[in-house]
Amino acid sequence: MLEERKKILSIKNLSVSFSQYEGAFRWKNLLAIKDLSLDVKEGEMVAVVGSSGSGKSLLAHSVLGILPYNATRNGEISFYGETLTEKRMRELRGKEIVLVPQSVSYLDPLMKTGLQIRKGKKDESSRQKSLEVLKCYGLERDTENLYPFELSGGMIRRILISTAVMEQPRLVIADEPTPGLHIDIARRVLSHFREIADEGAGVLLIIHDLELAVEVADRIVVLYAGTNLEEARASDFLEENRLRHPYTRALYRAMPDNGFSAEPGTQPYAENRPDGCTYAPRCEYVQEKCLKEVEYRNFQGGMVRCIMAGGEIR
Amino acid sequence: MRKEFLFILKNFVRMAILMFLVSIVAFFLVSVSPIDPLKVNVGQTALGSMSQEQIEKLSQYWGTSISPVRRYLSWAGDFIRGDMGVSLLYRQPVSRVIGVKLSNSLLMLGISWLISGIVGFSLGILAGANRGKRLDKGISAYALITASTPAFWLALVFLMLFGVWLKILPIGLSVPIGTEAAEVTIRDRILHGILPVLTLSITGISSMILHTREKMLEVMESDYVLFAKARGETGTQIVLGHGIRNILLPALTLQFASISEIIGGSVLVEQVFSYPGIGQAAVTAGLGGDVPLLLGIAVISAAIVFTGNFTANILYGIVDPRIRKARNNI
Ligand SMILES: Nc1ncnc2c1ncn2[C@@H]1O[C@H](COP(=O)(O)OP(=O)(O)OP(=O)(O)O)[C@@H](O)[C@H]1O
Ligand SMILES: [Mg+2]
Repeated sequence: MLEERKKILSIKNLSVSFSQYEGAFRWKNLLAIKDLSLDVKEGEMVAVVGSSGSGKSLLAHSVLGILPYNATRNGEISFYGETLTEKRMRELRGKEIVLVPQSVSYLDPLMKTGLQIRKGKKDESSRQKSLEVLKCYGLERDTENLYPFELSGGMIRRILISTAVMEQPRLVIADEPTPGLHIDIARRVLSHFREIADEGAGVLLIIHDLELAVEVADRIVVLYAGTNLEEARASDFLEENRLRHPYTRALYRAMPDNGFSAEPGTQPYAENRPDGCTYAPRCEYVQEKCLKEVEYRNFQGGMVRCIMAGGEIR
Repeated sequence: MRKEFLFILKNFVRMAILMFLVSIVAFFLVSVSPIDPLKVNVGQTALGSMSQEQIEKLSQYWGTSISPVRRYLSWAGDFIRGDMGVSLLYRQPVSRVIGVKLSNSLLMLGISWLISGIVGFSLGILAGANRGKRLDKGISAYALITASTPAFWLALVFLMLFGVWLKILPIGLSVPIGTEAAEVTIRDRILHGILPVLTLSITGISSMILHTREKMLEVMESDYVLFAKARGETGTQIVLGHGIRNILLPALTLQFASISEIIGGSVLVEQVFSYPGIGQAAVTAGLGGDVPLLLGIAVISAAIVFTGNFTANILYGIVDPRIRKARNNI
């Protein structure tokens, strides 16, 4: 049944690099995302988790074609089987593919929110639609006449989400829609995304909070230092030994219900990313072979980038 | 309502203090000037042939025999009562002289001010929205070059080019020489105003271009423009919908603050084109030791500059919702 669903988004071996000047003359190429693959099917909600700086926003921006001018993207991104070129992205974004951005800074500070929700359109039908959307997210009618600086953090979140449902998107990419929200409100916000997915669209949910991700998503992709280490079913997070990668297991143990134990060490930055497994410097199972390129492979109904999965890690 | 009143009152008090300070400084500068108004205006030889009594009378008229503090106080007292005194050089009430000179200058200055503002703003937006492209490079280069060009030098170049070589524009004065005031046509006025306007607009434009471009770059790199792109808005939609909205305000402030620059620039430019406006009158008054006229001009121009800044403040409050609402809520 699940296999019959169409793939909306498919990302294969995505890499994003920045060219920067180092000193006055030398060019430096900074590989911020390396060999990242994932896909989102119809009606599915895929969560991308990873700590700050792991490349989550860059992933979202890659799909929308809004990377900074000094960034280069490689690899294959396709939408319903069709390669997403820059031109195709320009056609689709804002209509078929929508972004729910990360923070209030993504709203124009000098434009009333109502007008922003309807992209500056002034016709009556757009206005009616935007009022409906406001109502649907529990916002007063009057909110449309307020400026972003007059809204609370929670209201801003809901405004940002409202922008997504003004169209009938087939793919929603939400970049950390919940931080700063009270847990109940965060759950409610996520349930809105769940509804969007249940109605048949795909949702790529970028999120910090693993617990919430497990609650609401179908699959979870774990990002670390610009690459993905594991893709698991949300249900795999019920038990530690269903998880495939040592890093995911460490995340599991760091969850409040599972001991809250933080792993020592920090994620390496792009410029000193180790060759081979990026997690190797912190991994308790590390071996010689981990220092070479590690393949991202199918494993027990999910994906993993670890030579040990199925071996010593039990 | 009361808040608005307080706001305006506060600004008027500020303006009064400023005008007071300006008049003191101007007065001080003229009194320490080594120029003896008697010698300049009456002439060394004429003075030599006069009796002591006559000279005494003259120096009372020119004020050189009265202590500066008393002179200032009597001037200020009259000024507050609305009497700006009599210009020593023109032998007419200062208010009349300023009225005539200002009306000569005002249109010329106003047009230069509008042109440099509007053109500078548009070019700045174009440059900022096309960062790094040829258009941007051309506009920026133009702005940088004119920023470092002195207005009087450019005035001289234009004078040579259009007045002397091409002979298509008059070289000076706001009307043809020897024409009765009544016979001056609009055409004459326009022809004589072109070069000063051109000079002042070209030199005044650069700061507006550079400033607008800078702000535009900031806007184009902002998250909200990124989001607008992600929502499928086109470049033009972004510039018109978000760009102008977010840079109009700082540009307006700059534009009103630049009134001081354009008035300053007018002094040199009017001198070069012998355009009989307020700038030239200021120079004549300064060189001739015509204290009442100089003080009158200084105070009036300070008032104009201040009104410009005050207008910018008010506009800010009207246009920026963040300030408008904050003001209403206090
Ligand atoms: N314009 C840029 N130039 C150079 N490096 C960049 C640029 N933008 C992002 N990076 C690098 O790419 C990496 C990933 O950034 P990204 O914004 O995707 O992180 P993130 O996972 O979204 O983090 P957060 O949870 O804090 O939002 C970071 O290490 C950052 O240093
Ligand atoms: Mg981010």
